[in-house]
Amino acid sequence: MKNQLLGVIAATTILSPIAAAAQTEIQFWHAFTGRLGELVAAQVDEFNASQSDYVVVQTHKGNYSETLNAGIAAFRAQEQPDILMVFEVGTATMMAAGGAIKPVYEVMAESGANFDPDAYIGAVKGYYTTTDGEMLSLPFNSSTPVLWVNRDAFKAAGVDPDMDLSTWENVGTALDALKAGGEDCPLVTAWQSWIHLENFSAYHDVPFASKDNGFGGLDTELMLNGPAQVAHLTALGEWARDGKFIYTGRRNEGGANFRSGECALFTESSAGYAGISAEAEFDFEVRPLPYWKSIIDEPQNTIIGGASLWVMSGQTDEEYKGVGEFLSFLSTSNVQAAWHQNTGYLPITAEAGDATRAAGFYEQNPGTDIAVIQMTAKDPTANSKGLRLGSFDQIRGIIDEELEAIWSGDKTAQEAMDSAKERGDALLRRFEQANR
Amino acid sequence: MEKRVTFRGWLLPLVLIAPQVLISAVFFFYPAGQAIWQSLFIPDPFGLSAQFVGLGNFEFLLSDKFYRAAFLTTAVFSILVTLSSMIPALFLAVIADRLIKGSGVYRTMLIWPYAVAPAVAGVLWLFMFNTRVGVVSWYLGQLGYDWNHVLNGGEAMGLVVIASAWGRISYNFLFFFAALQSVPRSVIEAAAIDGAHFWRRFFTIVLPLITPTAFFLLVVNVVYAFFETFGVIHTITSGGPQQSTTILVYKVFSDGFVGQDLGSSSAQSVILLLVVGLLTVIQFKYVEKRVHY
Repeated sequence: MKNQLLGVIAATTILSPIAAAAQTEIQFWHAFTGRLGELVAAQVDEFNASQSDYVVVQTHKGNYSETLNAGIAAFRAQEQPDILMVFEVGTATMMAAGGAIKPVYEVMAESGANFDPDAYIGAVKGYYTTTDGEMLSLPFNSSTPVLWVNRDAFKAAGVDPDMDLSTWENVGTALDALKAGGEDCPLVTAWQSWIHLENFSAYHDVPFASKDNGFGGLDTELMLNGPAQVAHLTALGEWARDGKFIYTGRRNEGGANFRSGECALFTESSAGYAGISAEAEFDFEVRPLPYWKSIIDEPQNTIIGGASLWVMSGQTDEEYKGVGEFLSFLSTSNVQAAWHQNTGYLPITAEAGDATRAAGFYEQNPGTDIAVIQMTAKDPTANSKGLRLGSFDQIRGIIDEELEAIWSGDKTAQEAMDSAKERGDALLRRFEQANR
Repeated sequence: MEKRVTFRGWLLPLVLIAPQVLISAVFFFYPAGQAIWQSLFIPDPFGLSAQFVGLGNFEFLLSDKFYRAAFLTTAVFSILVTLSSMIPALFLAVIADRLIKGSGVYRTMLIWPYAVAPAVAGVLWLFMFNTRVGVVSWYLGQLGYDWNHVLNGGEAMGLVVIASAWGRISYNFLFFFAALQSVPRSVIEAAAIDGAHFWRRFFTIVLPLITPTAFFLLVVNVVYAFFETFGVIHTITSGGPQQSTTILVYKVFSDGFVGQDLGSSSAQSVILLLVVGLLTVIQFKYVEKRVHY
């Protein structure tokens, strides 16, 4: 990597010998490869070309977990980057590491860069903001779960693809009809804990954990064994037993089944758009995530998944100034609108969403605005602002295990969630102890 | 019968063992010491602070019924991997040993799987057994068997055992084959002249003569099953469904590098160190008695 840096320095020195002497390097570690990696590189190049004081050097450090681990290891060796991308479940870990990070609101205030916290969409911003409204990290890529419909599969099973699928009650009816019509895979899901517990709770305005889902303190406890969650998981468990809900794995394995046209309904992130639109050889459609009419009259908002950018401590003032400029550049409407349209991730500012609408993007790509509407239709409540739980990556693992016990019929939904709470709480207590 | 070389002074032997001691100290004693030290704390991931908890991490682990269950899972997994990588390897080696023509090709083909990295092997097996699109699961479906390792713990265990043992068969084959080649022909021929048929010769002459190799492989394979199968488990099951394929070393990884809980992870390493130490002692004390050098 050192050679690469020298290369960058050498290149810039040749091009502009005078400016180069004053250029400050900003290290930016991220977790994107492939198409997303190219888009990040393009953003960085655009920023570097737009001014001559700073050079942002972007480096891919592996997947989300690996990037976080690389950042932690680098911090321990005092070689940390200026900007580190951390996925949303790592948020509590970063927040608790007060000495390792420099909150974004501070960076922005000190750098004097253009920064208006109110410009960000509430439900996106909320995830990375303290209860006092101070933004700790800059939202970068955010998505939210939606319902994907294979219209051809509906027609093949003799079910009207235009039927109302806004509630789980209706989806249940649809699943019966699909199954009866010979469909082998009526429903699959990706990211089961994120969609069917975390987002489910926010969407139905019930707590996932105490203390405002962990926003109010480290002494939080899981509340995912409440009646609403249990009712939903019981229904899903019954569908699993009847072969109407097919379990394919803990991550987004189900995507392959849906994209190949095998399955009729698929609950997955809105960012699945790129893959589905590229591969699906059938007529597909995006619908809002269903809700239970019996639990709530009108759904609350869903919450996000994705990553944010954290600024690490221990850098020079000059570097922080550059970081401020870069983060400000990333938040501009043009950059955000392009990111949103290219990736299917949500725009992080309302302005970028408006620009996208004005450009006619949603009309040409119907359904791409469903996620935005679902996130912004209502002001987030304490239950739907997001989650802030320590060791959350591991707690998700526990939840996955317990959900598998429901799908296989080993446990009832209540038993499984009681056990998930007990095991998850033990990890939360350890996290509390580690960060006391 | 022990062979012993005696030195006159102290200097030469010390110089001779110094490199080994140095390597052990740097790559074994230092990290092991660090693990023991860290197991007494609950640190935060960034190393900003640490709470001294004494044996608290061990208490936390041993009172966790899922951690205790991981011991049983590890035992079942290790025994299955060791058996299913050694027995077929021995069988193949015996057959290869009898070949006169083409044994070079046969040997080379058998060694190939060893060159495949564990994680890649995991992905290969995962594709073949994928519950919806896998070739093997499709054929099983045709036979009326519904293969679903994402929900069935037994099937998941079977799959990770096959994927772990598969590449290992090559390694074991090489050693068994070399050992079989070194069995003196004259002894076998004498037995043959006395009228002992093939399997009788195998069990009464060949097998006892290759026990040193078999014992070596037993130790190496148990260590392999304990520590190096991690890549396979990570790619195929991530320890699931529920916790049916979470072996001890996988838990060290997931607690340490997914959960950032370095205190618990260190404590688990220490426990693992003790378990493997104990196993090796048992192997050398009891199993080795039946080995004839």
